[in-house]
Amino acid sequence: MKYSLLNLVRNAFSYHENWQEAWTNPGLKKEYDIIIVGGGGHGLGTAYYLAKQFGLKNIAVLEKGWIGGGNTGRNTTIIRSNYLWDESAALYNHAVNLWEGLSSELNYNVMFSQRGLFHLAHTVHDMQEITRRGYSNHLNGIDAEILNKEDVLKKIPFINGDGRYPIMGALLQRRGGTARHDAVAWGYARAAENLGVDIIQNCEVTGINITKGIVTGLETTRGSVKAKKVGLVPAGHSSVLANMAGFQLPINSVPLQALVSEPIKPVLDCVIMSNAVHVYVSQSDKGELVVGAGSDAYNSYSQRGSFDMIEHIMGPLVELFPIFSRLKMLRQWGGIVDVTPDRSPIIGKTPIENLFINCGWGTGGFKATPGSAHVFAETVATGEPSKIAAPFSIDRHYSGALVDEAAAAAVAH
Amino acid sequence: MINRNRLFSGGLIDRNILIKFKFNGKPLQGYQGDTLASALLANDIHLVGRSFKYHRPRGILTSGSEEPNALVQLGKGAETEPNARATEIELYDGLEASSQNCWPSVNHDIGALNNLFSRILPAGFYYKTFMWPPSMWMFYEYFIRRAAGLGEAPKEKNPSRYEQKFFYCDVTVVGAGVNGLTAALTAARAGASVLLVDEKPELGGYLLNAKSRINNLDTKKWIKDTVKELMALENVTVLNRTAATGYYDYNYVTALQKITNHLPNSLSKQPRERFWRIRSKEVILAQGAFERPLVFSGNDRPGIMMASSAQTYVNQYGVLPGNAVTLFTNNDHAYSVAVDLISKGAKVIIVDIRSNISEKIRKLCEQNKIETYISHAVIKTDGSKKISSITVQELSEDKQSFVGEAVTIGTDLLLMSGGWNPAVQLFSQSRGKLKYDDQISSFIPDVLVDNQAVIGSNNGDFNLKQSLMSSYEAGLGAAHRTGNKQEVENFINDANEPIEFITAEVVPYVLGSKPVTHGSKHFIDFQNDVTAADIFLAQREGYVSVEHTKRYTTTGMATDQGKTSNVNALALMSHIQQKPVGDVGHTTFRPPYVPQTFGAIAGRNVDQYFDPQRLTAIHEWHIDNGAVFEDVGQWKRPYFYPKKVETMTEAVNRECIAARASVGILDASTLGKIDIQGPDAAKFLNLIYTNAWSKLEIGACRYGLMCNEHGMVFDDGVTTRLGENHYHMTTTTGGAARVMSWLEEFLQTEWLDMKVYCTSVTEQWTVLSICGPNSRKLLASLTEDDISNEELPYMRMKEAKVCGVDARIFRISFTGELSFEINVSARYGRYVWDKVIEAGKKFNITPYGTETMHVLRAEKGFIIVGQDTDGSATPSDLNMDWIVSKKKEDFLGKRSFLRPDTAKNGRKQLVGLLINDKKTVVPEGSHIVEEVSKQPPMKMEGHITSSYFSPTLGHPIAMAMLKNGKARNGDLVKIPLMNGKVVEATVTENVFYDKAGARQND
Amino acid sequence: MFVIKCPYCGERDQTEFSCHGESHIARPENPNEVGDVEWGKYLFFRSNPKGMHYERWTHDHGCRRWFNVQRHTVTDKIMQTYKMGQPKPKGIND
Repeated sequence: MKYSLLNLVRNAFSYHENWQEAWTNPGLKKEYDIIIVGGGGHGLGTAYYLAKQFGLKNIAVLEKGWIGGGNTGRNTTIIRSNYLWDESAALYNHAVNLWEGLSSELNYNVMFSQRGLFHLAHTVHDMQEITRRGYSNHLNGIDAEILNKEDVLKKIPFINGDGRYPIMGALLQRRGGTARHDAVAWGYARAAENLGVDIIQNCEVTGINITKGIVTGLETTRGSVKAKKVGLVPAGHSSVLANMAGFQLPINSVPLQALVSEPIKPVLDCVIMSNAVHVYVSQSDKGELVVGAGSDAYNSYSQRGSFDMIEHIMGPLVELFPIFSRLKMLRQWGGIVDVTPDRSPIIGKTPIENLFINCGWGTGGFKATPGSAHVFAETVATGEPSKIAAPFSIDRHYSGALVDEAAAAAVAH
Repeated sequence: MINRNRLFSGGLIDRNILIKFKFNGKPLQGYQGDTLASALLANDIHLVGRSFKYHRPRGILTSGSEEPNALVQLGKGAETEPNARATEIELYDGLEASSQNCWPSVNHDIGALNNLFSRILPAGFYYKTFMWPPSMWMFYEYFIRRAAGLGEAPKEKNPSRYEQKFFYCDVTVVGAGVNGLTAALTAARAGASVLLVDEKPELGGYLLNAKSRINNLDTKKWIKDTVKELMALENVTVLNRTAATGYYDYNYVTALQKITNHLPNSLSKQPRERFWRIRSKEVILAQGAFERPLVFSGNDRPGIMMASSAQTYVNQYGVLPGNAVTLFTNNDHAYSVAVDLISKGAKVIIVDIRSNISEKIRKLCEQNKIETYISHAVIKTDGSKKISSITVQELSEDKQSFVGEAVTIGTDLLLMSGGWNPAVQLFSQSRGKLKYDDQISSFIPDVLVDNQAVIGSNNGDFNLKQSLMSSYEAGLGAAHRTGNKQEVENFINDANEPIEFITAEVVPYVLGSKPVTHGSKHFIDFQNDVTAADIFLAQREGYVSVEHTKRYTTTGMATDQGKTSNVNALALMSHIQQKPVGDVGHTTFRPPYVPQTFGAIAGRNVDQYFDPQRLTAIHEWHIDNGAVFEDVGQWKRPYFYPKKVETMTEAVNRECIAARASVGILDASTLGKIDIQGPDAAKFLNLIYTNAWSKLEIGACRYGLMCNEHGMVFDDGVTTRLGENHYHMTTTTGGAARVMSWLEEFLQTEWLDMKVYCTSVTEQWTVLSICGPNSRKLLASLTEDDISNEELPYMRMKEAKVCGVDARIFRISFTGELSFEINVSARYGRYVWDKVIEAGKKFNITPYGTETMHVLRAEKGFIIVGQDTDGSATPSDLNMDWIVSKKKEDFLGKRSFLRPDTAKNGRKQLVGLLINDKKTVVPEGSHIVEEVSKQPPMKMEGHITSSYFSPTLGHPIAMAMLKNGKARNGDLVKIPLMNGKVVEATVTENVFYDKAGARQND
Repeated sequence: MFVIKCPYCGERDQTEFSCHGESHIARPENPNEVGDVEWGKYLFFRSNPKGMHYERWTHDHGCRRWFNVQRHTVTDKIMQTYKMGQPKPKGIND
């Protein structure tokens, strides 16, 4: 049943007892043409585009827990595409273009809200960095405005422009913003199932079957399954799956934390990022301040980090927004992020034939969801990396052709 | 009595101290010892706030930190606090609070219209609509945002101060109920250092309110004695008003202590709160349990309250919140509440959903003349802003239908008791595993983590005597494991409660007058307005995982974090999915246990203490001479020194010209400095730097580039050989710590047999860099040592006395001028600086800042790592092949140069640019494009890394990283600016001034 | 928030330390003789196990020494710490 105001009103008369399942829980078949491992936004999206764009059938998404339960449901929902390098800009801007039509495309309101995203600059070096990035974005056709201090103070009420590191300016991407993270997974799941994709939850992959260097299927907690092609989209467990297939990745999995405040009436209408002061904050539609903390430097799969990462974010937050000091932290949580050396993802082929991988999104995968899913679907469908995905191969770690967002911006959120 | 609902005697309030306060602008009175909630109830005010979604009138549900409804905006102006729980706010003179999430007032709230439209606002309605037209979402969202949120943030900076404390002890006991007290006293008597924390002002927990006995004493008396003994022990720290908020790995517990929150703010010079970071060898959790609401139709009206909370208001605060009371229960324990209320003059009716009650309970009812409706349910409540009546009806044996007629009963207070949920939040945070207990129908601790115990009702142990025994053992065990072996006699002889909580049936929801999904409001999460119907809807739509149900309906996500709602939601899911609650599972409990003030977590790390400022010995002079500062890492460096009316450009031009014409002086103390010693020092430098170091003579200086192992430049600087095995390395200001770690990493992890010792000496030296044609004359006037070109040529160092102070004089130059870097001990830095300035007057010595330094070095084509490089440039990319040794077998980064992408032709390479119009200074960061088109996108081929107006040359100069730049000399390139203008420039080599180097070498 | 036993200073809070990734990855003796793939593996590829991990830490706010830690990446339990240069311990927990 189509989601619309009309149908909402119509269903109100039947006490909403006639809504169908957004997705069902089918059993695992014996064989699929394509299996996507990982039921987050990227994985579900991949399955959706495989079915929708490439008309493929007999696709399954295997999720070890509940869909959207990994980083899709744990991030701070920031969306932007103002990356420095052409390769990244192309990838993330592809995503923003898709974000803009996603609610309609999926008939599920993912609440993409282009409330504008400010990268604050606090030093001369910061100004050079945002100017360079701003110009690069502008010339790549990505909206970018370089603001001075007065502009920033005018546009962001309550911000403290004269702290320990005074604000000198900002890079504004108006098309940046936030979306409702869970809705992205649910929306893709519903749309994918409508196109015949099987979404199998509580199905953990325990082995990858390979014959003569070609993938043939998977072992799972719900039994064996054959597959002609397999796409791994297992953020947080990329190395675990790669190790099953017998290869290593240039990845460390580390805890990344975030927190929300109690809900309050609107005080912050945009997204704020400051690398120099280390603040990542926006206010959700529910009224909670959503704050990104840093990632720990140690590897961990425990979905919890050390408390000092939370402490480290609080000084900066209160420094930048002194009025937040009396607000209260309601909930903190952690996720596992797969960090690559250059803070750019890995999308493409693996040493195993017909086994593809999409991983290494580090701290910033959510914003890329539709773009990542779309280019990965093309890669899996055609067997060759799409044009946008090509620079993000594993091989760049041997050739040296890194897409080094890490070196350029110190933090790649 | 000043308060309508106040009892004449009893409770822990002080009736001699009257307290005036205001609620929603109305002046009211309470007593010392009241909470805002108890004082409001005493004044017969039940309507306190409005719910999140439907703006339904809400009252006071509980008496503690689990309160979901009675949230208020506390205080005004800069000291206002949103979402404060009335049940926790201790009353103080002058307190002002108001209702939240309502307009114009809590009595007449426009937002309540939502309640009328609630039929079309089920769980997740927003996912299904607001999609047409697509461009309108942000329009709809504007209104959604304004409707959402609860209280309001202050509009001014927080004037309060917050402190932090680190604490280490043997045993931490969380919760000072009778079990916590027992464990703490036992551990303390055994000799352990003990920390006891409790979130309430009054220690003693729930049994402060009950008619139980311990060791034949009234419990209140026993508590008083025990607390007294604990307080007197030197090895015990007792913190009241302190909520343990987080429980992390390795027994790391955080706690938030309220210090002045309960005092009139004007009185306090003390911090508002103190944030405790506790590392405890053993942790004992004794947090008790929360009473569980019942899920029935209309269970959310003001005047509906948890049974045990009513008991607390009666016994602790001397407030009887209602007279015609109905108590709706599924367990025996609630009957003790009825007895307490009756003893204070209330009329109590009990509606018990169970089919049978025990003989003991029946007798109790007879004795106390309690009217009971057994096997009945409350099926409906009425009363718009406060409950006025309820409707009860008898249930069939299987409880799936009604028998008999519905009866409406006038009621001004409806109490509910659905059993008890152990407060397992902290336990679960610590990675403890839970299991579902069928007897109490709730989750209890199952698998503990190391060095931990859970006691009392927190552990699902509701038998008083038995749990006190366990608490004694837990205290003793914790003390023993931490090496405190003194014998402690068991001091619990006997204990009993009149009616103990033994078992509670699961009641997923109570049948109502309308079907549960047909618009009857069975609330599960009160604050977020999640009803049983919403849970049904979520299951129907496939959101069956416990996390999906939570996220789709938002149940458990309110500010009480599910303390009142979670177990009921799970029970209902279990009912709908037809599987045991334990199999439905539970969501992860996340810190904090109660919301925790941002400011307290930040502590003193704000304002001037936000981040240390690193200042050189000359800093005061810079201030006195009008320097504008720039932040470089944590350092404050003079950026330029404007004279009264000068702009930055004017000041920089003047400084540049002065430095080239006569003498300029720069405070270069912030440069990183590392003292390197040891027999393998030269070998080490050979591996660290790209160029060769073996043949450097003693007293000679050499510039070096450092690459990371990817072959990318990451720092540079001049290193000088001071002695046979002794070097002085300089680094960039911002890179000093990074370089130090880099050196240590290789010495400590890779080349363990090398004898090299590195010491950071950045702060030990003040560095005065003087440059310009008169700099030698100036220096000569301050030293008796020979500093002639023969004695101290370019790239040499000499130890000498300057102004009578031991100095190292480095003849190195970052400006291209004749230049001396005078290093003196930082303690003499200011002295020497003043002398140099004084002596320099006759040469018109001009202090210059970092911007002038940047211009001067750019004129000479010297790079700045971090500005002209970005972590993706090799030495070759920087046109610095000359500094890469071809002979050395190995150095860090060398191998990576050979990788296909790193070795390929046409990479971005450093070039100089001359701007053709001779006047435009292009922005640093602007880009060179292959072809200019009217609109982006335009294909980029390079970017400007440095760009200045050169006062020496009289025109702008720039450096850029340009594709294939080395082969592009003389090419015309185009730089489109944001404003649409296109700047043309000509590629040139990147040395613009004194290419032969005569000025610096002379 | 771990408690880490520095082999030189004893038990201290995690905030005194920093972690530097997997240990026991030796720099090739002769980098010039190593192929691009092998060199890339040395630079970037890590085992990143869900289980026992051997990693390098420094006692930054202490003795500033580097040392090794054996830690389980799911439970975050530290099994042992040991000095640089000591061989990777063989454990039944691997």
